[in-house]
Amino acid sequence: MSLAPPPAALPAGPPPKPRLRLATVWLAGCSGCHMSFLDLDELLFVLAERVELVYSPVASDIKTYPEDVDICLVEGAVANTANLELALQLRARTALVISFGDCAVTANVPGLRNLLNRDGRGGAAAVLQRGYVELADGSGRLPHAPDLVPELLDQVLPLHAVIAVDLYLPGCPPSAERIAATLLPLLEGQRPLQAGAAMLRFG
Amino acid sequence: MAVVTLQIDGHVVAVPAGTSLLAASRAAGLELPVLCHLDGLTPVGACRLCLVEIEGQGKLQPACTSEALEGQVVATNTADLRQWRRMAVELFFAEGNHVCAYCVASGACELQAMAVAVGMDHSRFPYQYPLRQVDASHPLFSLDANRCILCSRCVRVCAELEGAHVWAIAERGRHCRLVAGLDQPWGEVDACTSCGHCVEACPTGALVHKDDSTAEKQPHPAPALQRRRIHDQPGRPDP
Repeated sequence: MSLAPPPAALPAGPPPKPRLRLATVWLAGCSGCHMSFLDLDELLFVLAERVELVYSPVASDIKTYPEDVDICLVEGAVANTANLELALQLRARTALVISFGDCAVTANVPGLRNLLNRDGRGGAAAVLQRGYVELADGSGRLPHAPDLVPELLDQVLPLHAVIAVDLYLPGCPPSAERIAATLLPLLEGQRPLQAGAAMLRFG
Repeated sequence: MAVVTLQIDGHVVAVPAGTSLLAASRAAGLELPVLCHLDGLTPVGACRLCLVEIEGQGKLQPACTSEALEGQVVATNTADLRQWRRMAVELFFAEGNHVCAYCVASGACELQAMAVAVGMDHSRFPYQYPLRQVDASHPLFSLDANRCILCSRCVRVCAELEGAHVWAIAERGRHCRLVAGLDQPWGEVDACTSCGHCVEACPTGALVHKDDSTAEKQPHPAPALQRRRIHDQPGRPDP
């Protein structure tokens, strides 16, 4: 019995698909959506083969949002000047922006401080007064270091109130299954079907 | 018994005269979206989700409060209607303070489920953040007005099933709010029998059992509300 000779070269398959450039961003949120992203478990290995993670608070240490990003998952509402700046920047540099989780989609819990903003009065000042002076034990004072700590916006806003959003992924947090059902079709160049309780239910 | 015959979404339906378009649609096997409607209570047409198109009429009509009439041609599920319905649900979310994430009713909430049903993935309307109150003065139940959609199911179930008339809607427009008794803390309203029907009838997390925490509210048990209305019972006067 003789062994078949080894092929001279591997059969030519389709050329490898270019890896999509994926970013994840954390604005005013609790990071729960990112925890849920990490819950993708073994699917993370598939993702690692198919995408290049170019910016993320949980998986890279790059400080500046890069150019030419294909897909960005944006967790969190827009609550301060740094959130707003990053939102505008990522929109300019990203093909497909996804509102990732209820805070990005509705402002959710971070937006509750808007209740202190009555009829356009109050805004950030009322929130800081409440948090740092009224609830302090006599020693409270208003923080002010605009070079170090971003200033609060008067109104916490959902992402689509400040930039155009291409896809909405609600949930608090969206389950790993919901994230997978959104990302996997995108890897194939398909638009995911955002319908039904499994994909759309808030909370 | 007089019978009327009409067409709903292409189905020919024959129903007793006096039947609502909602009931006629159900007779044709069509389920319309509703939030303020609850079988057994007087319909009020508050939520606008069951709006339908009637041929020859310039404006949309709520199916729950419109009578099915002979020869009508009704459409219940056109692209336009689906757009209006989604818009109505978005307005509900924008108008109150509905935060599903930590709501008692999450998973059992009809507003949350309706958002899914109409395909709402976000609200295009700016959230209003109205300043509303929580009334926890009742020993068993509490009212969180932030989550109230003013469907008035509690008002009607209290009046029509329990006969206690505890609830009412006060004021006008965006200031509308649910009040107990003579705008008193719920716990101080003598007329309340603590039957809990209002909590069962509430489609959202506005009326809840105090024992229930996040996502612990149960969907309303329909059979309890299918008992006959109090003024249908012999020997009981109309309220």
